[in-house]
Amino acid sequence: MKPYELTISQALEALETRDLSAMELTKSCLERIEQTEEAVGAFVTLDPEGAIAAAEEADRLRAQNNTVGKLCGIPLSLKDLLCTKGVKTTCGSNILADFVPPYDATVVEKIKLENGIVVGKAAMDEFAMGSTSETCATGSPRNPWNTRYIAGGSSGGSAASVAAGQVLGSLGSDTGGSIRQPASLCGIVGMKPTYGRVSRYGLVAFASSLDQIGPLTRDVRDSALLMNVISGYDVRDSTSVDTPTEDYTQNLTGDVKGLRVGVPLEYFSGGLDPEVEAVVRNSIGLLESQGAEVVEVSLPHIDYCVAAYYLIAPAEASSNLARYDGVTYGYRKEADSLLEMYRKSRSEGFGAEVKRRILIGTYALSSGYYDAYYKKASQVRTLILNDFNEAWKSCDVLVSPVTPTPAWKIGKISDDPLSMYLSDILTLSTNLAGIPGISVPGGFSGDGLPIGVQIQGPHFEEGRLLKTAFSIEQALALKPSLPLIGKEAQ
Amino acid sequence: MKITKQEVEHVAHLARLSLSADELEMMTGQLDIILSYVEKLEALDTSGIEPTTHAFSVSNAFRDDHVQKSLDRDEALKMGPKTNDESFIVPRVI
Repeated sequence: MKPYELTISQALEALETRDLSAMELTKSCLERIEQTEEAVGAFVTLDPEGAIAAAEEADRLRAQNNTVGKLCGIPLSLKDLLCTKGVKTTCGSNILADFVPPYDATVVEKIKLENGIVVGKAAMDEFAMGSTSETCATGSPRNPWNTRYIAGGSSGGSAASVAAGQVLGSLGSDTGGSIRQPASLCGIVGMKPTYGRVSRYGLVAFASSLDQIGPLTRDVRDSALLMNVISGYDVRDSTSVDTPTEDYTQNLTGDVKGLRVGVPLEYFSGGLDPEVEAVVRNSIGLLESQGAEVVEVSLPHIDYCVAAYYLIAPAEASSNLARYDGVTYGYRKEADSLLEMYRKSRSEGFGAEVKRRILIGTYALSSGYYDAYYKKASQVRTLILNDFNEAWKSCDVLVSPVTPTPAWKIGKISDDPLSMYLSDILTLSTNLAGIPGISVPGGFSGDGLPIGVQIQGPHFEEGRLLKTAFSIEQALALKPSLPLIGKEAQ
Repeated sequence: MKITKQEVEHVAHLARLSLSADELEMMTGQLDIILSYVEKLEALDTSGIEPTTHAFSVSNAFRDDHVQKSLDRDEALKMGPKTNDESFIVPRVI
């Protein structure tokens, strides 16, 4: 087994016993990147020098027998919308192509404080707007399991880098499914924590009432390990919630006896791919055979999620993205008047999907339309939240598919925004309700593409989600294997 | 039609975007499809329902008011596309 194939917990053990050095592990990942990056395209920016320096420091700390951080010597990638001091943060956009933040995001500070190693910044849909990572200005990442297929989005580079063995874990962000969907399509674990659980200070904002940062990892234990590092209140994020954090690894017992597993009827109707349904039903069966109690539940307003989300998210985005005006940072096109400078800078800096959402959002918030669109959508959001609160009366978690189909071919729906939006139907409700959700590998399609299983739970019950996901992972005993990529595959 | 080209042009102006003739054509068509789709919300009776803005809302997030170090002016100016030693420079407005 090569060092890059290890999970975070396995690597930490090998580092602790000195069977492996942080330098060996980091070099192994950098070599893997060299071998696979042309085929996978997971990164916007690589920082090998920074990674080597951090690996040296990690080995030095261990040699001194100091108390070392929880991620000491672990190579990770970061979605390119998390601010990294001195390292370019492009958000997948031309408008931030040369932006070098003067500070670290809180989660980045935390990773560094625990002596984690940031190898590079991962590709993503521009401003996290997309479900395929095809709107990334620097080129889109590809699915490591079959590079003619999408890696998913918007955290596609994060998912691809972890699935391809380029890094051991990653942080992404999830506004409507952007962690869980690419994790599902790339065969890894992706957690979207409760709204307010993780500080968003230093996260480039997309839709502020929906965005949340979370981990993408190769197994459930690693997800818990990263949650332990990034969770918690932050005075610099007024939406972060001051509730105690826990040791999330304590939930990994495999014991789901008596757990009430809700199966939401509406998630299994319509255009659900039969292979996806079979994988999810299999996981539900495994939970039942381990003593969980399966109950059918109904979330009657799920069908309205896409409509509500595609008003709320663009509305908030149009407001958040007003700051890109060519004045204080980012791309600027000189012009004679201030207004022309704004217009030219923004029109040349933003890509088509971002412009489309700014236009929808501006329209939905404009005078005379606010009540019919943004307010109406926010009221529907209350109905969706009520659906979940009703469901928690009869179940502890909900188990469902993450996406209606496995990954699709690159280029298939990029010219048809509505059909792309509709593919988010199974993940959006989590963000609208602010609850946590996780995607855990459940199996493969006949074509060898991964299929994930989604688990949702009440606010701040990340531990319960990890427990359930761990139980599925143990029961399936899918051997954590890496795909063959590029030349290896031929 | 849910939205006309003129309306899209107006919204683009509000958002400080300029669209080429082709872009305007494409965006109008796509916005029309999207706005027609979201119309399904009208089927729901939401009278008397409070809107949810933040699913887990924290109100009055106060902190102690004391002097802290903030971003250095030189650091802040460093990323500016056009600056002098103390400010960001924009085209003349008056």
